[in-house]
Parts: sequence; C-alpha cells; structure tokens
Amino acid sequence: MDTFKKLKEYYWPYKSYFLWSIGFLIIVTAITVVYPIFLQITIDEVVLKSQYNWIPYLSLGFIGIMLIKGLATYVHQYTGDLFGISSVYKLRNTLYEKLQFLPFRYYDNAKTGDLMSRLTADVEGFRFFLSFGFSELIRFFLLIIISFTVMMYYSIPLTIVTLISLPFLAVATFKFDKAVHPAFRNIRKSFGKLNTKVQENISGIHTVKSLSREEFEVNKFNDSNGDYKNKYLFTSKIWAKYFPLMEFIGNLSIVFLLAYGGYLVINDQLKLGELVAFYSLLGYIMWPIMNLGFTINLFSQSKASGERLLEILEADNEIMDKDKPIEASRLQGKVSFRQVDLKYSKDDQDALYNISFEAKKGNVIGLIGPTGAGKTSLTQLLSRFYEPTSGEVFIDDQNVRDYSLKTLRSNIGFVLQESFLFSSSIKANISFGRPNAEMDDIIDAAKRAQAHEFIMELPEGYDTMLGERGMGLSGGQKQRIAIARAICINPSILILDDATSAVDMETEFQIQRALKEVMKGRTTFIIAHRISSLKYADEILVIENGYIAERGSHEQLVQNNGPYQRIYEIQFQDRDKVLETYTG
Amino acid sequence: MAKKVKQQIVNNRFQYSTDEIIEKPFNWKQMLRLFSYMKPYGKDLLPLSIIMVLINTGIRLIIPMLIGVYTLDKALVDKDGNLLALLVGVIAALYVCSYIANYFRIKWMNTLGQSVIYDIRKHLFTHVQTLSHKFFDQRSAGSILVRIMNDINSLQELFTNGVINLLMDIILLIGIFVILFIMSPELTLAIMILLPIMFFISTSLRRNIRRSWQTVRLKQSKLNSHLNESIQGIRITQSFHQEKENMQYFDGVNTETFESWRVASQKNAMFRPIVEMTNAVGTAVLIWYGAHLIQTDTISIGVFVSFAFYLGMFWEPISRLGMVYNQLLIGMASSERIFEYLDEKPIVSERKQAIALEDIQGHIEFEDVQFSYNGKRTALNGINLAMKAGETIALVGHTGSGKTTIANLISRFYDPTGGSVKIDGQDLKNVTLASLRKQISIVLQDTFIFSGTISDNIRFGNPAATMEEVKASAKAVGAHAFIENLPNGYDTEVEERGNILSVGERQLVSFARALLANPKILILDEATASIDTETEMKIQTALKTLLKGRTSIIIAHRLSTIRDADHIFVLDHGQIKEQGNHDELMNNKGEYYHLVKAQFNMLDVV
Repeated sequence: MDTFKKLKEYYWPYKSYFLWSIGFLIIVTAITVVYPIFLQITIDEVVLKSQYNWIPYLSLGFIGIMLIKGLATYVHQYTGDLFGISSVYKLRNTLYEKLQFLPFRYYDNAKTGDLMSRLTADVEGFRFFLSFGFSELIRFFLLIIISFTVMMYYSIPLTIVTLISLPFLAVATFKFDKAVHPAFRNIRKSFGKLNTKVQENISGIHTVKSLSREEFEVNKFNDSNGDYKNKYLFTSKIWAKYFPLMEFIGNLSIVFLLAYGGYLVINDQLKLGELVAFYSLLGYIMWPIMNLGFTINLFSQSKASGERLLEILEADNEIMDKDKPIEASRLQGKVSFRQVDLKYSKDDQDALYNISFEAKKGNVIGLIGPTGAGKTSLTQLLSRFYEPTSGEVFIDDQNVRDYSLKTLRSNIGFVLQESFLFSSSIKANISFGRPNAEMDDIIDAAKRAQAHEFIMELPEGYDTMLGERGMGLSGGQKQRIAIARAICINPSILILDDATSAVDMETEFQIQRALKEVMKGRTTFIIAHRISSLKYADEILVIENGYIAERGSHEQLVQNNGPYQRIYEIQFQDRDKVLETYTG
Repeated sequence: MAKKVKQQIVNNRFQYSTDEIIEKPFNWKQMLRLFSYMKPYGKDLLPLSIIMVLINTGIRLIIPMLIGVYTLDKALVDKDGNLLALLVGVIAALYVCSYIANYFRIKWMNTLGQSVIYDIRKHLFTHVQTLSHKFFDQRSAGSILVRIMNDINSLQELFTNGVINLLMDIILLIGIFVILFIMSPELTLAIMILLPIMFFISTSLRRNIRRSWQTVRLKQSKLNSHLNESIQGIRITQSFHQEKENMQYFDGVNTETFESWRVASQKNAMFRPIVEMTNAVGTAVLIWYGAHLIQTDTISIGVFVSFAFYLGMFWEPISRLGMVYNQLLIGMASSERIFEYLDEKPIVSERKQAIALEDIQGHIEFEDVQFSYNGKRTALNGINLAMKAGETIALVGHTGSGKTTIANLISRFYDPTGGSVKIDGQDLKNVTLASLRKQISIVLQDTFIFSGTISDNIRFGNPAATMEEVKASAKAVGAHAFIENLPNGYDTEVEERGNILSVGERQLVSFARALLANPKILILDEATASIDTETEMKIQTALKTLLKGRTSIIIAHRLSTIRDADHIFVLDHGQIKEQGNHDELMNNKGEYYHLVKAQFNMLDVV
C-alpha cells in the first residue's frame, strides 16, 4: 500500500475519472443481477400463472434496463481507461524528466535493457491495474454480495447447498495461481536465455561461419529451444491439472443445485422460475471466483512494478544548479584544477588523485596514458558530469559549481570516441545543441568539420535521415558529424576524447585536418594514444592509475626517461626504420 | 509564427521509421504452407486433440437441453422424483467425462502447439545458419532476432488454441442452431434475426477497433524507440544541455500516444454495450414471442428455458471466431516475414559432387577473378595473384579497394562472378564448405567473444582440445598471464559485450582461438580500435607467433605489419596496382610509396 501512496501524485489528480468509473460500475453490477430475476418472473408469474398481458411490459422493460446498463458499461469502461492512461501520461513525463537529469554516475551502473523494461512493462503493469485491476476487485465484491443476497432471498437452504463447493473452488484457484506463476516466470527466463543465445549467434555469425561451427551452434540452439518448449509444457500441465478441476467444481454446484433444487420444486418449496434464476446467478459468481487469483496477482505485480518505478523516481539527482548560479553567455576558457581527487563510489579506488594544472585561454592540453587511467574522468569534471571528491575545478577563476549547468555545458563541446548520433536528419543532429541554429551556421559547422562535402554527396544532403544509431554512414563520417555538432555550439572549451582512434588512417588524416582548424581560439583537451595527435600541445599530462605521472611539452617529455619517452620510442621506431629505407 | 516554427523544430527533433498499417488480402497459399507444419502430428496429437474437443463441445451442447427440456419439463413440471435423480446422475456423469476430456484437450493441444512452434523455430534457425554474409550484412542483428523470436512466438496462440478453437466454435454454432431448430423452428427463426447484427459487430466494428489499437501500438513503438535512444544517448544530451528540449519532444510523443489510446478506448468501450444490447433484444424477443408460443402451447417451458441458456451461449463462439480471425491475421503477417527468410537461398551452395578438401599446403591462386556484390558495381576486376604456402601477405589499399572481398573469396563466403579461386590447385567451387573452412581461420577486426568461460572461447574452433592445449596456445600469444589473473582464471565467465576484458585482451583471446584451431590459412582483418601503446606491443608480438608456418593474408593498417610481410598487394578500385615486398615497392616510388609517405605526412600535420 505504501507503494501506491507514494505514487499517489500521478493518479490522484485524475480521481474524478476513477470515481465516475466506480459509480457506474455499481449500476452495471446491480443490473447484471436483474437478468435472472426477469427470467424468474417470466416463468413463475407470466407463464405458470398465465398472465400473458404482462409480456410487452416485461420485454420492453428489459430492453430499457439493458439500455441503461449498456450506457453505464460504456461510461464505466471509458472513464476507467481514461483514469489509467491519464495517470500514465503524467507518470511517463515525470519519468522522462527524471531520466534526463540523472547524473552519469547513475547511468554507469544502469543497463539500458533494464531501464527500458521498467519504462515499458512496469508502466504498463501500473496502468493495467489502475484501468482494470482496481475496478475488477470492486466488481468481484459487488457481484458476490448482490448475487448472494438475491439467492438468499429466494431460498436460504438452496443457497447453502449450492455454494457448498465454492470454498473448494477458491482453494483450487489459489493453488493454481501459486503453481502457475513460478512456472510462467520460468517460461520467461527460458525465453530470455533462448533470446540471448540467438542474439549471440547472429552477432557472432561471422566468427561462427569462419570457424565452420554452424552445426555446433544449431545443437546448442536446439537445447535452448527444447528447454523453452519443456518449460511451456510444464506450465500447460499445471493448466491441464487445475483448469478442468476448477470447471468441474463449478459444475458440481450445478449438479447440487439441480438435485436439491429439483427436490424442492417437486415438493413445492421452490418455484420453477426461481430455480432457473438460481442457475443463472451461479454463473455470475463462478467466473469472478476463478478470476480472483488473477486479479490478486495483478495487484501484487503492479505493486512490484510500482516499486521498480519508484526506484527511478526516487534516485538522487546529485548534480544541480546551486541557488542563484552565475549565468554567462560566453566563458573565456581558462581552466584550472586544484588538488582534485575523484572516486566513483565509496568502495571504489580513487579514479583520480591530486590532479593540479592550469590551462590558459586557447591552450591545448594533451592527455595520454593506458586505458582506464582516468583521462576521460578528468575532462568530465569540467562539465560537472561528476563532482570531485575533494579539490576544486575552476573555469575563468570561478568554481564550476558556481555556474549554471546551462552556462557550463553550452560552453564545452565534447567529441567522444564512439560518436552517438540520433535518429533524425543530419541537419538536426548537427544543430542538436542549438536547435534554433540557422542553416548557414549548420553548413558552416559542417564545413569546418570537413563534413560538408560528403553530406552534399548524399541523396538528400542535410535532410538525409540517420537511422537508429546513425546506420548507413561510415565511422569517419559519423565522427565528422559529431565534430560539427560540437562546433555548432561554438564552445570556448573543446574536448576530443580519443576522437580519431576507431577509424582507419586515411579517415584519421581527414579528421585531424578538420580538428586543427576547429581548435583555433578554443581551450582544447585532446585524449589520444598516438603521440602524433598531441605532440604540439602546450602541455601534455601523462596519466597513470589516476596520477599525473609526467607533465611538460613534447620536447621536454621525450628526454625525460619516463613513460612518455617509452611510448614515443615504440611508436617512432617504426617510422625511423621506414624512413631509412626510402631515404637510403 | 515564430512559435509555430519553433514547435516544428521540436517535433522534428527525432524521427523514427514506423510501419504503415497495411491490410493485405488473405493469402490462402501461405496459410496452407504454415499449417503444413502440423503434418508430422497428423496421426496422433492432432486427431486426439480434435476428438477431445468434440467430446467437450458435445457435452456443452447437450447439457442445457438436458436441464431445460428433460429436467424442467419432464421431471419438475411433472413432479417425477425418480426421473430427476436419473437426470442429475446423467448430468453429473457427463460433467465427469467433460472433466477428463478437458484435461487431455489442454495437454495435447499445448503439446501440439509447442511442438509446431519448436519445429518452425528450429527450421528457421538452421536455415539462417546456412545463409551468406550478404544476408547478415544487409540486416541488423536485431531485425533477424525479432523474426526468430517474436514473429514465431506470435504464432504460438494460433497453433495452441486458435486452430482448434476455430473448429470447436464452428461446431458449437452449428450445433446450437440445429438443436434450437429441432426444438422450435419458429422461435429459432425469430431469434436468428440477431445473427447478422452479431456478425456485423464481430467483423466490422471489430476491424474498426483493431485499427485503432494498431495506431496505439505504432505510437507506442515510436515512444519506446525514443526512450531507448534517449537512454543510450543521455551523455550527449547532457553534454549539450538539451534536457529541456528533449522533454518538449517527449511530451509531444506522449500526448500523441495518450490521444490515440483515448480514441481506441472510446471505440473499444462501445463494443461490450452493443453486444449486450443485441443480446438484450434477443432476450426480449424470446420473452415476448416465446411466451406467446407457450400460450399457444407450441413450446414447453423447458424449451423456453433451454432457449434462454442457448442464447447466452451464442455470443461466445461468434466473439471467439473474431478473435481467431485476428490471430490468423497476426499469424499471416508473421509467417510472411518468416517465409521471406526461409525462401532466402544461400549464395554459396555446395555442389552435389563436391569433394572434401584434404590437408592443404596453403598455396592460393586467383585466376582472372571478377566479382560484384550486387551485379552493378565491380568489387574485383581481373585479379590474378598467387600466394605461396607459408607466406605472410599484406593487402593494402583505400577503403573499398577490394581487400576484404579477396579475403571473403578465399574462405568462400562468396563465389567469384568470373574466373576461379584455387587452393593447392583445387578450384574452391568443387570442395565442401566444411572441409575448406576447417583449414582457414579468420580473425576479425571486431573480435567477438561468446558468453561462456574463457577456455570455451579459446576452444571455439577446436572443441576437442585439451586444457593443456588451450593453455599452450594462450601462452604462445601472451594471453596466459592476464587470464591467470582473472578471478577464476580460464573458467572466468565472460559476456558478449561484457567489460571484463579490454579491447586488447579480447584481441589476444581471439588470437589464441585462431592458433588453437591450427589453420593452414589465416586471414586477419587488422583492428584499428583504440588500444594503448603497451597493449599494442603485446599484440604485435603475439601476431608473429600466430603467423608462423601458415599462409597468412592480412588486411593491414599498421605499418609494422605491412613492412614485415613477405609480399604486399596494393589494391585500387578492384585491381592490383602493385606488388612486391616493402623494399621493392619503396624503390618503385609508385602507389605504395605515396601511400606510406601520405601517412607520415599526416602524422606531421597536427
């Protein structure tokens, strides 16, 4: 219940829909029970007493009442749906907003698949309960109470005899639900495994084929496929065991009804029509009871869904603007780090230790070092994607915390190793950071990123659609669009995080040319493995295990007998050997 | 005006491909093909299930009559206690029969359905394994996955319940009609005026509702696409401070979804009331005309009551027929996609008289080879080359010059359009694929690690290898040290894209894998991924071990590899421009010389 209380702000604003829905549900349920009564009156009062003049009133009255029921059903269902979808609309917007602002730290540990399943399946589970489950519970009690009352009114002993098997039905239902849910979970698990198996096979198909391992893969697949089938059949065995039993118990009630009711009719203790009405009413009770397990399960599932949604909604935003932050349209780009330490989480080792350096406006800072040394983390502190555990980061002599995030991030341009492009036109992708950019600005950015030419060669130029994850473009082309996107916001600080490593040499050449032009007048951080990419930096920081292991200009570092010199020698021995050949 | 433009920009921020709603004419041939998967069960499960369904349906048809005509009319009205006892006994017995029949019906129908689904999935998967690279290159892994998993699953309901329910419902409808007609033709005809209305509801109204739900699904899939993308691209969004703009876009999509849902649910909410109204009219007719018939002694009370019961039973099968029709439509759409894959022919197929290739030396020859991927653009044009057994060959050239194509032809992922590819003098078209590929290993740029243990991964190409052999090959490529340092050593579980291994380590594992497979020919697509210098050194050393004693074809990016090659082919637009070793080519001052020089110039640019 606590879960639903916490989620109240999403559904309670729409409470009027809910109340209307429930109000009309009461009318619907009440009228449902009218049908058997009509049948009873027709038989007992009209036919058996030959009062045939009642007939037209009875028939028309029946249609009239059903008309009311129809309208009530409509209103009940529609407002019930509205209650659910309105709440989900609000919930979704809030979830989305939350996701937009959650910090990098949150996403470091989150899996897209898991988040997606919360945003789809759990939201749907929540909606289904609001639209359907809630009122189904209420309908259950209403139907039982009203039917029971009418039956008791007709004959108390017959009611008892007829309903004697109901407790058994309830027990069977609960046992069934208990057995069937773990079984369903197993089906889902097995399906998940099969899914993973197939996905892996297809993603690795080139490897499979080149090692001629198709048969092996087919056998592995057959195991998983067979397991899925078996899990499914196990579940259907539970169905086969309980479902006919439940139906049989229900049918037993009919047998009891006929036997005892018939006996009562023969002895004139019950009217024939009443017996028929009983028979009809029995049908109304039976179905909701068999369904009760389902409804209750719906309740517990939607509660679990609600909890998973709350986990997102209650996650800590951590990084926010402080009160009255500095709003500046343009930063100069002077950067300084003072004794910065960074830990990703409490139990982790420090990702950065005691980092201090200064970069003047327009300087180029090179960062080199092994994978995982902390180069990327360092640059992400500038935009406040993470906050230092201790120490301070300054831009233009002002702590980054004092700026609004908007000021900060619209002045820092990122180009990452794997360029993520959105499903949209090239134009929209380039202007992503400045949606109102003029076409001229977009073209200008593309030209500077050496992307204009190839964009113009595409069939629809700047309006070319990029598919999900920008398929259809080569790695180098995507990277140049990502660079254009960064330039389009005209940042005063530019961060190139391993921007050219995952492309081939000729593309790298083109990108490097583009970058040289772009870096002019901006403070630039270059993260790279190749010395050639950063040898002209004003200062090079060699990062190892979170420390600055060495610093200085290229000329200083090559003679420093440190890691930089070693990397230099490895990379340039190649070159010297080749040079020997062709000059000699 | 400006506001409008701004709104438009927001709406066009992201665009997702959505499927159009197309309703195609019903394809009977395709349906027969689909149902032919039930054939293997035509002698046991299928007829058995049908018999159970018949028993069940029969009992359901008889009981209302027993209660109405016999129990009410004969036993109760005539006050015959013995007959009542007998009838109650019979009804109880019938219920027991129905209990048993139901048990087997559910069991057998599910077994049948699941077996068919199992078979179709197996057939599709096995078939997909035989398809060529081209097939996989043209499609994303996700779209293939959806067909094997989801499309087949959407047939599940059709095969477990749909087909047999169809039968049951038709029998039920006809049965009710016949019984009613026998009991009272006049009353039956009077009530039958409802039939057309009911059919109208279950077809036309249903179609209308179904289309509305399709719209909802389309809107939702757009919403989900965006959610997925926004999560994956969240770092970009935050880098560019576009959270608010994204929210505006999302609100638009969310509103669209809400609105489509509202419309659908408005239509949907009409369904039940209309159905019930129709039933009410039927009941009114029954009461009015039925009472009149009782008055004129044409029918008995029992018949009247039975009519009331049967009338209540009428809607269920009609409604279910509508549902089965829906399932059938979904099934047809899915099976169309499934059959599209099944009809895809492997590009490279074995000849009937293909021979197994014996242990080869590794001498490769291309004789005037022509090749085109799509029949329009030539990828290779008149290639003649010879690669001597045991040599290391480097293929050099710009993107699209034909390097990868040459590698693909050697392992026969494609057949040349003209000319021939020979290994040890044997034309590849005449050999079996398995015997050829067993002797060739390919190490791809994008190293694929299967989920499982490290040793499983190394053993992938040679499952019979012992642990000692696995370790020996890991040692040979210098992977042993880091594997031993993992929490469970060689038994450490790795995942497909898991980050237990770094890019460089994965590369080394794939080297060990290739070494253990011990191929005569090795094809290597050199990686350009981001690897730090220390790791790169290790890979270079490992490579030397790997290349020893085999014909190695390297699609080369690194200068050091190229320089050490025995023979270099420089490709341009599908032709060999130059060949020779490094020194010869440098002295030629041709294409190769310029390529190397360009690379050095580039390094000096920045």
